[in-house]
Amino acid sequence: MGELRLMKGNEAIAEAAVRAGCDGYFGYPITPQSEVLEYLMSVKPYETTGMVVLQAESEVSAINMCYGGAGCGKMVMTSSSSPGISLKMEGISYMAGAELPLLILNVVRGGPGLGTIQPSQCDYFQATKGGGHGDYRLYVLAPASVQEMADFAKLGFEMAYKYRTPVMILSDGIIGQMMEKVDLFDPIPRRTNEEIIKTCPWATTGKTANRERNIITSLDLDSAKQEKHVFDLDAKYKRMQAEDTRFERIMCDDAEYLLVAYGSSARICQKTVDVARAEGIKLGLLRPITLFPFPTDEISKLAGQVKGMLSVEMSLGQMVEDVRLAVNGKIPVEHYGRTGGMIHTPAEVLAALKSIIIGG
Amino acid sequence: MTEEIIIAGFGGQGVLSMGKILAYSGIMQNQEVSWMPSYGPEMRGGTANVTVILSDSRISSPYLNEFDTAIILNQQSMDKFEKSVKVGGTLIYDPNGITKHPTRTDITIYTIPATDEASRRGNARIFNMIVLGGFLKLKPVVEIENVMKGLEKSLPKRHHGMLPENREAILLGMEIIVKK
Amino acid sequence: MEMKDIIKPENLVFKKTSLFTEKPLSYCPGCGHGTVHRLILETIEEMGLQAETIGVAPVGCSVLAYEFMDIDMQQAAHGRAPALATAIKRLHPEKFVFTYQGDGDLAAIGTAETIHACNRGENIIIFFVNNGIYGMTGGQMAPTTLPGMKTSTSPFGRDTEIMGNPLKITELVAHLPGTYYVTRNAVHTPAAARKAKKAIQKAFEYQKLNKGLCFLEFVSNCNSGWKLPPVKSNEWMVENMFPYYPLGDIKVPSL
Repeated sequence: MGELRLMKGNEAIAEAAVRAGCDGYFGYPITPQSEVLEYLMSVKPYETTGMVVLQAESEVSAINMCYGGAGCGKMVMTSSSSPGISLKMEGISYMAGAELPLLILNVVRGGPGLGTIQPSQCDYFQATKGGGHGDYRLYVLAPASVQEMADFAKLGFEMAYKYRTPVMILSDGIIGQMMEKVDLFDPIPRRTNEEIIKTCPWATTGKTANRERNIITSLDLDSAKQEKHVFDLDAKYKRMQAEDTRFERIMCDDAEYLLVAYGSSARICQKTVDVARAEGIKLGLLRPITLFPFPTDEISKLAGQVKGMLSVEMSLGQMVEDVRLAVNGKIPVEHYGRTGGMIHTPAEVLAALKSIIIGG
Repeated sequence: MTEEIIIAGFGGQGVLSMGKILAYSGIMQNQEVSWMPSYGPEMRGGTANVTVILSDSRISSPYLNEFDTAIILNQQSMDKFEKSVKVGGTLIYDPNGITKHPTRTDITIYTIPATDEASRRGNARIFNMIVLGGFLKLKPVVEIENVMKGLEKSLPKRHHGMLPENREAILLGMEIIVKK
Repeated sequence: MEMKDIIKPENLVFKKTSLFTEKPLSYCPGCGHGTVHRLILETIEEMGLQAETIGVAPVGCSVLAYEFMDIDMQQAAHGRAPALATAIKRLHPEKFVFTYQGDGDLAAIGTAETIHACNRGENIIIFFVNNGIYGMTGGQMAPTTLPGMKTSTSPFGRDTEIMGNPLKITELVAHLPGTYYVTRNAVHTPAAARKAKKAIQKAFEYQKLNKGLCFLEFVSNCNSGWKLPPVKSNEWMVENMFPYYPLGDIKVPSL
């Protein structure tokens, strides 16, 4: 066991980034995630680990600072909330194209537009289907606790380097603002420049006589080459699907009905499962931990076992489309959820299950 | 054991910090804890509330529609949360500033004159600790020694001189809470 | 007859700097970009900084600058080169970092990044090639297009009442405390090019001192966009661009 602390999700991920050996954080304030930058500025990692922390002039600038840093092989991170993530999307697409490792935290708030600062899960499409322009995907992790906010910072960096890709942690105002007990992992030293040159031979670390020059770009005016590049990216996404799809099964073994929910909504649904079970309803919960790659196979398997599924999201229903694709018409799949910053309660979820799935 | 609590009042009454101290105390006692605040502009001068859960096992939803205990410190919160107490649950409130008193008969209601006691002692800062003491008298979910450790953790070092007065405030709260 | 039969050591009077790659320059004949590239690469070569330098290319005609420069480079999104350079320099303070940007990239879409990198005093060099037009996309109006100047999006000449005024961003950044050395040059004559190279050399020297940002503008031509033959375009530049964008130092370090 490492160090136990009571922390907000936003603080936990900031502390975990420092401990994971992050080289640079570039961000811009926006509610409900400003604690990330505030926490980093208060603990001054530039005086301890040497990590650079910079408040940029905009989200656009922040993501492009990440591009520059990641292009040098450095471990970089940014964070924002929905409107700010939209601004970062151009840069995220460029980084996906240039195959640069990055950790992005989105503490989602209700939209569209300026929307509300209250929690939401309405950015699922943006996170999992692209968001920016072009044929690309992000590796998307959905933490459901403050502990996972910390743990996924480390895991996210690992995935970002394993696949040379931007990784998004899709959180929301609940996970970002709530405090829970966190068991912090022991700090990992930042990599030296020599280690970076060895492990990231593609990085712009200065052209030496023993290698060709390194170029970081997402541009290829030769369409045949660009097509090959996109095929290569796709092969990488297929490898993610095979090797790094993550999910959690809660009371699924004997389930007759299934809730599918991620992040804070999965926490709410856990309570619904407890209450339903007390009433004699055999309810289970499948919690996707990675939203891309999506646990399609697991849901497909469960479609052969349960009578119906309810996708519970704080949105109009976005993930429900992926659940339906996995189920492929075998059983009814419906959506329930509040949106616009409203949060469904465990009781509301149970009532919806009864009326839409069990009674439906 | 699982205790689901809502603490609600004005911003500035120490609602969020009281919840934080309770959560930290839970950690000191090896419990699982969660602390889920209302956040945003409503915090600034308006109402503030926090849901605190202490449990021996993994906590499911940090966001709840009903509570074992509601600690209510202004009228707006009374209007909003009286109905959210579970049947058989507990409602604790400070009568100061309350014009419409709670009327439910399927819960147990307690009052604690914390505002009056704090101002009588000329120390508004101990208000929330008096209330916390009252809660702990009814629901000894954490030991006072662990509360003191939690306080130590959540107070910056420069305020550690205030630990004894906080302890006294908790003990005072335990004495003055009464069943309505 | 092959190249080696023509170029013999005894008649070799001029050669490409070794830091140019073998890739033929894609710039229009007569364009100033090639010369500015060469002056920068010569300086890096002469100072022995190939392994120490990281460049950032923009979007615009010089989007492919990395294809010609034999150094490590990154290609930025439109306007964002100073943001990339900020992070590169802060994460590799021992390296020499520069951006190479055109007027649309630097003074329109990237104005915020330019101003704030300058204002923070990032220890980088910004090379700014100003030819008053969007060359790559086919000759549209730029933030630095002169009043009355015809472009494809100001076909009757820039009307400042409607389209606003040309932006003297170099004078603007000179006012910021974060800039250390701000100067404006041209490369249309050998004398001007020699002067420009001195400025480039100084900028690399100054980067060692960590005193702030060096901002080097090069007023240049765009014979394709201006629809003039190369020589005429240089004459037009001298007559029209130089009065609006006068050459010379704007901010020099008090050493």
